[in-house]
Amino acid sequence: MIEKVFHGSRRYWLLLLVLGALIATGIFFYLRQTSEGLAVTGMSRSVSWGLYIAQFTFFVGVAASAVTVVLPYYLHDYKAFGKITILGEFLAVSSVIMCLLFIFVDLGQPFRILHVILYPSPTSPMFWDTVVLFIYLVLNLVIGWTVLTAEYRGTPPPSWVKPLIILSIPWAISIHTVTAFLYAGLPGRHLWLSAITAARFLASAFSSGPALLIILCRVARRYTDFDPGEKPERALGLFITYAFSAHIFFILLEVFTAFYSGIPSHRASLERLFWGWGDPASLTPFMWLSMMLAAAALFLLYTPARRRDAGLLIASIAVFASVWIEKGLGFVVGGFNPDPMEYVPAYRPTVPESFITAGVWATGLYILALLFKITAAVRARSSE
Amino acid sequence: MEMTRLDFLKKAWRTGLVLFGGASFEVVSGSALLAADGKPSGRRMAMAIDIRACVKDAGCVKCISACHRGHNVPVIPDAKRAITWIWKDTIDRAMPGVLDPYSGADLRGANTLLLCNQCANPPCVRVCPTGATWKREDGIVMMDQHRCIGCRYCMAACPYGSRSFNWGDPRRYLDKGSVARDYPTRTKGTVEKCEFCAERVDRGLGPLCAGACAEKAILFGDLNAPGSAVRKALAGRIALRRKPELGTDPSVYYLL
Repeated sequence: MIEKVFHGSRRYWLLLLVLGALIATGIFFYLRQTSEGLAVTGMSRSVSWGLYIAQFTFFVGVAASAVTVVLPYYLHDYKAFGKITILGEFLAVSSVIMCLLFIFVDLGQPFRILHVILYPSPTSPMFWDTVVLFIYLVLNLVIGWTVLTAEYRGTPPPSWVKPLIILSIPWAISIHTVTAFLYAGLPGRHLWLSAITAARFLASAFSSGPALLIILCRVARRYTDFDPGEKPERALGLFITYAFSAHIFFILLEVFTAFYSGIPSHRASLERLFWGWGDPASLTPFMWLSMMLAAAALFLLYTPARRRDAGLLIASIAVFASVWIEKGLGFVVGGFNPDPMEYVPAYRPTVPESFITAGVWATGLYILALLFKITAAVRARSSE
Repeated sequence: MEMTRLDFLKKAWRTGLVLFGGASFEVVSGSALLAADGKPSGRRMAMAIDIRACVKDAGCVKCISACHRGHNVPVIPDAKRAITWIWKDTIDRAMPGVLDPYSGADLRGANTLLLCNQCANPPCVRVCPTGATWKREDGIVMMDQHRCIGCRYCMAACPYGSRSFNWGDPRRYLDKGSVARDYPTRTKGTVEKCEFCAERVDRGLGPLCAGACAEKAILFGDLNAPGSAVRKALAGRIALRRKPELGTDPSVYYLL
């Protein structure tokens, strides 16, 4: 089955070539980072986590969102998702690999990473996050591969895989909850110290993940022999409408509590993010771009006639981009602004940092391309 | 299937492990520092900074240089990437909201000393994924430079900004001629901070900063010993601690 990755169109090879070049560029800059230290990034004493950890957080959400196709298919027998559950699981696989890479490139002493396993620390959410993410990776890889192999052989999937699938559903919720606990339990970081942080993470995950899946389905439809059809897209579109509404609702809840209570420390991060309080060089333009994209997406999603075809694609791109900015940049950087001494230092990713991030993205897409290629080939064969 | 004796023993062993595991979690989480009657057992090292004595000489950095020279803390020109074990900033930034516009005119805009608070309930220790930062029995929060993986989770967790990360190679910023031989230098990619001069405390000495202060503004001692310098200073004065509402229980007191 794996030999399918060696037979592809010219476009397929071109894609792999471009991604390979991006990976190589990322490695080049990463080598610079290993020799010079994290000084090559835009991070500082005050903003001590940046793009890497923010992107890690975002992609844990994408990984968890596989549950939005797995759950309806396996628990509610929603047949329309049958064609894309494996895509969802493989998207989870490549997302978790990206997450682990983002953690790795963020470490000051990356070659000591096994200390997390050698000296397990049950009081640290980061220890638990590493554990649950790794198990989630194995679960999705085993499930996706086994189900696809069965399809390739024209046999029903082995019975032992069903309990694993059922287990993967709460596990998906757990990875993003534990990731939220990385933030939500820290005293003195008021943007993060909120009981609804985990709920916010899940809502944003269940909107950005399926949005990405819709975009990928469109790509598959246009450029491969495999057509997932319109029905799963429509169902995902409806799902996104609800999840994304919840995401925006949760942000507004945070705004209400911060501003109605009037407690300065609760207001400060939001004021900094949305009004650039303290320093004009903040993330303000990005945050408003995120909100405008959100408004456009909601407009499209709430008119059923537009929640299809091009309208659905545009809405999906807008949702993905909006959450990417809000969660993949604003949430993490915003938590450090103001810092404990109430300074508001600016953070901007540097060139090496951006290329390393792009390299991790390219690695994820490379793995995803191979896995989707195998899936599409198997599907094309079985439909003959 | 009937349960054999071996199965029973296995099951009992596992149950015992779980129960014991729960108990050891208590120990790890730090509540073991209290004796059975709830009173503190052993020593708890603490510092009291006399704000008014300290502000007398606004330009004084004797304590800072003594500490930084003695511990090979590099002098990094880029303030965003600086390593600071002890440093000065305004009282208003150290304890936001404490000063009002009318009282204590002499303290408004004045600087005070900042350092690791050696919290009794340290969030940095709680979050560290490798045990690279931990609390000694006398309350001093330590760093293991060889264990640290440089994830900087402790920096996110510290509500006082008291932790520094080596963004680049710190040795590049050390003056080769004046490197202290009796204290290690560090490498890039790890976190460091004030350790209350644990290496001196173990030899019965006080911290370098306290010794360097001509105004005797830095008092150091065992918080659990009623006769210690810190306890005596606290007894007759009003003292503040940074962000006490967070429940970290800092061991650094600011005397008013």
